Amino acid sequence: MYEVLCFAEHQEGKLARSTLEACAAGQRLARDLGGSAGAVILGSAISSLASELASLDLESVLVVDSPDLRVYTPDGYALSLQAVVEQLHPRFVLFGHTYLARDLAPKLAATLERGFISDCLDYRCEGERCIFVRQLFQGKFCADVEPQGEPPHLVSFQAGSFREDSVARSTSPAPVKAVAVEIPTAAIRTKPGELFREARQSVDLTQAEVIVAAGRGIRAAENLELVRKLAEALGGELGASRPICDGGWLPMDRQIGSSGQTVAPKLYVAVGISGAIQHQVGMKGSRTIVAINKDADAPIFEIASYGIVGDLFEVVPPLIEEIKKAKA
Amino acid sequence: MKIAVCLKQVPARDTVLRVNADGTWIQETDINFEVNEPDTYALEEALRLKESQGAEVVVCSLGPARAQQAIKEALAKGADRALHLDDTAFHRLDAYGVARVMAKALEPENPDLVVTGLQSDDFGFGQTGVILAEALGRPHATIIMEIQVTTGGIRVKRELESGWFQWIEMSLPALLTIQSGISKPRYATLKGIMAAKNKTIRKLGLADLQLSEKEIAPRQKIIKIYPPAMSAKTEFFTGNPGEIAAKLVDKLKNEARVL
Ligand SMILES: Cc1cc2nc3c(=O)[nH]c(=O)nc-3n(C[C@H](O)[C@H](O)[C@H](O)COP(=O)(O)OP(=O)(O)OC[C@H]3O[C@@H](n4cnc5c(N)ncnc54)[C@H](O)[C@@H]3O)c2cc1C
Ligand SMILES: Nc1ncnc2c1ncn2[C@@H]1O[C@H](COP(=O)(O)O)[C@@H](O)[C@H]1O
Repeated sequence: MYEVLCFAEHQEGKLARSTLEACAAGQRLARDLGGSAGAVILGSAISSLASELASLDLESVLVVDSPDLRVYTPDGYALSLQAVVEQLHPRFVLFGHTYLARDLAPKLAATLERGFISDCLDYRCEGERCIFVRQLFQGKFCADVEPQGEPPHLVSFQAGSFREDSVARSTSPAPVKAVAVEIPTAAIRTKPGELFREARQSVDLTQAEVIVAAGRGIRAAENLELVRKLAEALGGELGASRPICDGGWLPMDRQIGSSGQTVAPKLYVAVGISGAIQHQVGMKGSRTIVAINKDADAPIFEIASYGIVGDLFEVVPPLIEEIKKAKA
Repeated sequence: MKIAVCLKQVPARDTVLRVNADGTWIQETDINFEVNEPDTYALEEALRLKESQGAEVVVCSLGPARAQQAIKEALAKGADRALHLDDTAFHRLDAYGVARVMAKALEPENPDLVVTGLQSDDFGFGQTGVILAEALGRPHATIIMEIQVTTGGIRVKRELESGWFQWIEMSLPALLTIQSGISKPRYATLKGIMAAKNKTIRKLGLADLQLSEKEIAPRQKIIKIYPPAMSAKTEFFTGNPGEIAAKLVDKLKNEARVL
């Protein structure tokens, strides 16, 4: 029986990492449910991607290949995916929790009048029941969530919840099946443009060995000075969480996280940063992480090597002095 | 032009949250609430469009009586009137249910543009806006960082991963979910606060919207909430700030070897 359908995303002619992660999750879930997993890929002229996908251990790979799917539109994609889901009747449809999935999955869920359990970290099966774990309150709590009502249930997993290298491959390729979907021109109501980046990327934090990042805990723009001094003492670069850049206190190119830069310095010092997942994904690869936060329950401490629970305005000044002494 | 803004009240960022007695949600008594952060940006965009294009701005909020505080704040900033969706049947709805209720309330309003935040700080579903668009039969674009009005409709800048963006053109009516940082939200003025006293807040319940409980039955249910497991490897330093600084520097120098 077809238990799990995994959604395959791709960019610039390559399968996205989220695809392998979704397939790894799907293979495991299908095994737990005693059924099989398949994958679906949408796009235009994607036969080579489909065969690449077919090298994974999957029941089958469903392909909707149409010039109307050359670029992503929520209408074109939802229509196509709906056709595949209605043909296969899977119990679960899995996505990586990417920007595309955020745009697409709720729409498909609404069309199907089903639920979408978004941004999950994990799941477990208790007999027939499947329980998904997701975060609440920006990571301050976790919740066990159970799907209600009729399948299919849509689920997305946070990046890194399942390892891409844990995906099972197969020696004999899975059958690739084309699904024909008619996409009337009028059905696509948005006109997407090409992807672009803002030109003024002037600092490259990816090369920095030490980064000191400021978060909303610094309270006012003038307090950035204190964090800057700490960065200087450590000989590192200044970075920030999103709200600091949103408020215009620092330029966008200092932002670290899913919508900013991804960094992995030897030392990362988070000052007054709560550690929301969108920030964590941009810095959790750092070798040593120091977190300074007055809230002992702040999620940043889940990944910190060294933690200081305290008021940054009291902690940082003596720290700067101590570093200067050590370096002298 | 008529613009609807979906705005939600959530626990304030700096309040200490505790799990409730049955372990399925937080204790809501004795905590502070505020407007969900991205929603203040959605409201700001609506107010800016009102100023540049001329528009009526209608706020729509689903929540218990306390949500009136959030609504009044929006009216004080310059929204024209509000719909307050309040009914015991609306407690603990999931994103699907909330969107279905809001769709019923907004259908007769027939707004040219609906703006929502991209995600709520409490549930963090990140989907209510998109479901609402589908329920209203409108196109949508998500995680928007700029809105331009064109002759035929709108042109919006969609944020993507790792600093990428994309422009999307669409005609109205449409729905957009707004990302934090799109602009600088205004504060309410004293004049605005006074003017808000004469603005209407229309309360609507299940019966007014001709919805059955079955139509908004949850598609997902929270069984239990709990604090996340801390990784055991974090080493915490205690003492006075001077002692803490000395201990940390010692570790950075001798253990992590980054000094
Ligand atoms: C699609 C999407 C993309 C996003 N992209 C990014 C991204 O790229 N990067 C990013 O950072 N965020 C991003 N975010 C936002 C993210 O979800 C969080 O809202 C953000 O990271 C929070 O920033 P913060 O930790 O600085 O602020 P808050 O969450 O407000 O945390 C402030 C912290 O400071 C502490 N504090 C307060 N006062 C003091 C004091 N005196 N001393 C010590 N500590 C103190 C508090 O305890 C709190 O933990 C994104 C969100 C979405 C939905
Ligand atoms: N109860 C509510 N009342 C009004 N708007 C809401 C409500 N719940 C969600 N929204 C809107 O939907 C957006 C996304 O919420 P969510 O899907 O919960 O992440 C929020 O930013 C709000 O704009």
